[in-house]
Amino acid sequence: MNRAFDAVIIGGGILGVSTAYELARAGMKNVCVLERHYLASGSTGRCGGGFRQQWSTEANTLLAMDSVKRLEGLEEELGYHTEFFQGGYLILAHTPEEEQQFAKNVEMQRSLGLDVNIVDPDEAVKIVPYLNKETIRKATWCPKDGHINPFLLTQGYANAARRLGVQIHLWTNVVGIMKKSDTFFVMTESGNTYQTPLLFNCAGGFSRSIGAMLNVEIPVDPYRHEILVTEPVERLWNPMVISFSVGLYARQEMSGGVVMGMGDPNEPVGTFVGSSMHFMYEMAQRFTRLFPKLDKLRIVRQWAGLYEMTADAQPILGPVEEVDNFYQASGFSGHGLMLAPAVSQILADMVVNKRKSEVADSLNVKRLYNLKDVVKEKSVV
Amino acid sequence: MKIICRCQDVTEDEIIAAIRQGATTIDEIRRLVRAGMGQCQGRTCRRLVAQIISRELKTPPAEIYPPTFRPPNRPVSFELIMAELERQEAENGEKK
Repeated sequence: MNRAFDAVIIGGGILGVSTAYELARAGMKNVCVLERHYLASGSTGRCGGGFRQQWSTEANTLLAMDSVKRLEGLEEELGYHTEFFQGGYLILAHTPEEEQQFAKNVEMQRSLGLDVNIVDPDEAVKIVPYLNKETIRKATWCPKDGHINPFLLTQGYANAARRLGVQIHLWTNVVGIMKKSDTFFVMTESGNTYQTPLLFNCAGGFSRSIGAMLNVEIPVDPYRHEILVTEPVERLWNPMVISFSVGLYARQEMSGGVVMGMGDPNEPVGTFVGSSMHFMYEMAQRFTRLFPKLDKLRIVRQWAGLYEMTADAQPILGPVEEVDNFYQASGFSGHGLMLAPAVSQILADMVVNKRKSEVADSLNVKRLYNLKDVVKEKSVV
Repeated sequence: MKIICRCQDVTEDEIIAAIRQGATTIDEIRRLVRAGMGQCQGRTCRRLVAQIISRELKTPPAEIYPPTFRPPNRPVSFELIMAELERQEAENGEKK
């Protein structure tokens, strides 16, 4: 088999396949995606499936707005049903500090043209019935946020990419990379070597180790995030609901199950994605605090995935100084699915059309080598 | 029309369509068409799905990548978990 390609992408999650699709769409022939298990088997297929434009930093807000614009026409473009649903995002403020921070966020978001409002508890309960309004002071509401099925979005991109000639090699684990003059030699566990002049690191929670294979520091730390889903029930509400201080997000899938997850500040760095009893106990307490009337819901499944965190909870995009033509799309800090539609397009534009991107420049990895000036994204569960 | 996953109403044709899109494992089929995502978490359809993969891809059943089993073993309500937490707290209180 010929293993020489114009571009090789490491990682078959949403970032890898969307980037492959955009490269091919921009006219690049001969693109190959290497995935060590199957499509979306890492963070993508384990995530909560939300997309939102409500962020505390401008870079994230702009990327997310681009992404949603892209998502709006994507089902038609890919010819694939993805359960794309603009049910909105309701973000709960429980404390005076949150109220203040959210007012600032909303002001910034509105200045960028986002349709977002602050609502009082009565209105919030109209949007999300069963919510215990005693617990909240205010909420922010963006009706154009929403959720999507991560498996279907990845598969849709993959199918469309294949139609444009992209090859996707599953069960292909990268174990080493060398660069000689202008060619990368990508070695796999089964003993094959891929050759390419252009390499993308879309390895999510494992992007630090991929970078290390070329002696490039990619400061991304993976943390386990646990999540569960209940049995399917009749429609309860449409939006994704999140609370940063309770530490919870919850949405109802199109198939009826309520998916919910939480952040755990005590989680150590690591790639372990097993499930814990502790999570089930903790999640039950948090969920019933916000939704006391829904305590009869039954959990059918719990699992976990990785948040690939950077110091400022914003992604790493674009080239690196040490190695030419080694592009990064990683460190999405739990938000890869929702940013991928924009990021993949920016990367393809950068590489194929040599177009500059201000947002991508501001998210270059070098900002993380000197943490003094880093401004952290605050809106993370 | 043959229903394979009765919790999620997934038909044999839908499973075959997922295989045609490149799925070779029970987990991929579960993710794409939801066979095994329902109340019983694949207790009934897991083997049937494996048989279909085996037949369509001409792979011996023993070579099909095993599916992931996830907790809880049976559906459990938040109410029940909260009651258990209360019981544990009461027990700890007695010990002190």
